[in-house]
Amino acid sequence: MKGSGRLLTLAGVTISALIAIIALLAPIIAPYDPIKSDVGGAFMAPNSQFLMGTDLHGRDVYSRILYGSRTVMLVALASTLLSLIVGVPVGLLSGYVGGKTDRVLSLVMDSIYSFPGLILAIALAAMLGPGVVNMSMAIAVVYIPTYFRMVRGQVLSVKENLFVEAARAIGAKDRTIVFNYIFPNVAPSIIVVVSLNIADAILTEAGLSFLGLGITAPTPDWGFDLKSGQPYFPGGRWWLITFPGLMIIIAVLGFSLLGEGLNDILNPRLREGE
Amino acid sequence: MIFLLLTIVFIILRVMPGDPIIALIGMRAPPEHIEALRRQFLLDKPLYVQYFHYISNFKPIYVPYFPYISVDLGTSIARDPGIPVVSSIMLRFPATLELAISATIVSVIIGVLTGAYSAHKRNTIADRSLRLYSMIIYAFFIPWLGMMLQMVFAVQLGWLPLYGRADIGMEPTRITGLYVLDSILTLNFPSLISSLMHLILPSLVLGLVLSGVYTRLTRTNMLDVLRQDYITAARARGLPERTVVYKHALKNAFIPILTMMGLQFALLLAGAVLTETTFSWNGLGTFLTESISYRDYPLIQGTIVFYAILVAFVSLIVDIIYAIIDPRIRY
Repeated sequence: MKGSGRLLTLAGVTISALIAIIALLAPIIAPYDPIKSDVGGAFMAPNSQFLMGTDLHGRDVYSRILYGSRTVMLVALASTLLSLIVGVPVGLLSGYVGGKTDRVLSLVMDSIYSFPGLILAIALAAMLGPGVVNMSMAIAVVYIPTYFRMVRGQVLSVKENLFVEAARAIGAKDRTIVFNYIFPNVAPSIIVVVSLNIADAILTEAGLSFLGLGITAPTPDWGFDLKSGQPYFPGGRWWLITFPGLMIIIAVLGFSLLGEGLNDILNPRLREGE
Repeated sequence: MIFLLLTIVFIILRVMPGDPIIALIGMRAPPEHIEALRRQFLLDKPLYVQYFHYISNFKPIYVPYFPYISVDLGTSIARDPGIPVVSSIMLRFPATLELAISATIVSVIIGVLTGAYSAHKRNTIADRSLRLYSMIIYAFFIPWLGMMLQMVFAVQLGWLPLYGRADIGMEPTRITGLYVLDSILTLNFPSLISSLMHLILPSLVLGLVLSGVYTRLTRTNMLDVLRQDYITAARARGLPERTVVYKHALKNAFIPILTMMGLQFALLLAGAVLTETTFSWNGLGTFLTESISYRDYPLIQGTIVFYAILVAFVSLIVDIIYAIIDPRIRY
């Protein structure tokens, strides 16, 4: 890999790891209770005591941001895992079996895929009601087709290889062929998609929370805090919106850089022709 | 494809776990009220009855070359009781359309120019920073970018308005619902200026976030095109490099961009929801979130169905334009 590419991958790894550490260690690092009111006065600008200022209820913005990473990462990881668990097996099945099953499944998945992701998530979240679990489910549905399409496409090409024919010739069962011969060839691409999917899921989570369809107050969450700060920034309270938004961008960037980097490492043949 | 999308909307709204009425009205509503609403939306009937009733609301009428669908989406129950959902949607859709069109123009112009420049100056610092830009800009959370620009251009500098589509009293007479177009049609210049000023920030935000894809795409295509023989021929004739790159090569890098515009349409609609909320833009996106906060089930379903139809319609239009531009494609 070339210098700048390696640098970006490194940045991706570092940022993603940092976000994960913050989420895990939030109770230890955070100076204040994120949902406790009046730890300081209302709307205090950032100072040495409150690094990122305080909000309407006198809560510490910095502590809320640290704890917010837990909500965001929990939803992003849970939804990614859910869509992985559904999307990959269905993709394997569809690609391997082919025929009518494949056509029906592809048609359904393509339709979901063509629908604007956030709007689909909004509809689902509105029907399911707020909460971390419901939000994860809503986001998971949106990204199932991403896994399905990728896995199906790869299975279709791997299936034509000589080693699959050889396995069939020595009498391997379908199940063995799919899991022992085809799946290992698809797995690297799945890892790349997972990383990019986490980035997308963070954006969708932030969008849902921003629209008030995600978690309920007073749970700390970046998108939700951004929304809560919106009425106050024209009055000069810039810290209420600046920091939660920055965290969203940094987290999304971290995981997409990680994904791009993994893509370069795991799929060297797919590297963009220079 | 439309029927498939409609079916999926149905599955999402009806078959998913959870009772939509309870999710919307809340647990504490009186049981007889919940029962009455259930009956009204046929939720007490078996699923297949619900499905056929739902599908029978859509009566497609095919006019050659112009697919037209007559839709009965029911009437609103809470937000504007008794008013057909379709007319409420039609009242709000032009705002989204106006935003979508101007954001697309912004994103394509920024994307194509940066992409072409990046290819022109390839492997220089300018190229590297533009490639980095195309990667980073996608991560920018729309409401945050919007608020930051609002803070600079509306609050600090006071150059541009903070919210809305036009100053109060400046709305043009409604013809199409597109404020810019309406003010031109009615020759109302104060309105035109007001609507354009209000349009700048929202379309810039949405356009910027979507432009990264076009930057990458244009760069890759330009690099391909610049290797072709006719480019070498143009250079051999002694044409200035700038003419070669921006006149001869750029034209031919355009077809994939059109395809991308079709693919990006879903992303554009999703981004518009966030942009509209940030800028209090009275479009479909804010309409959808309002309907949700009013717990108005027919409005929510209607808006989602409308989005589905819109996506299907645009993909059809893109296919048609594609066939016109590239005669090798025939359906």
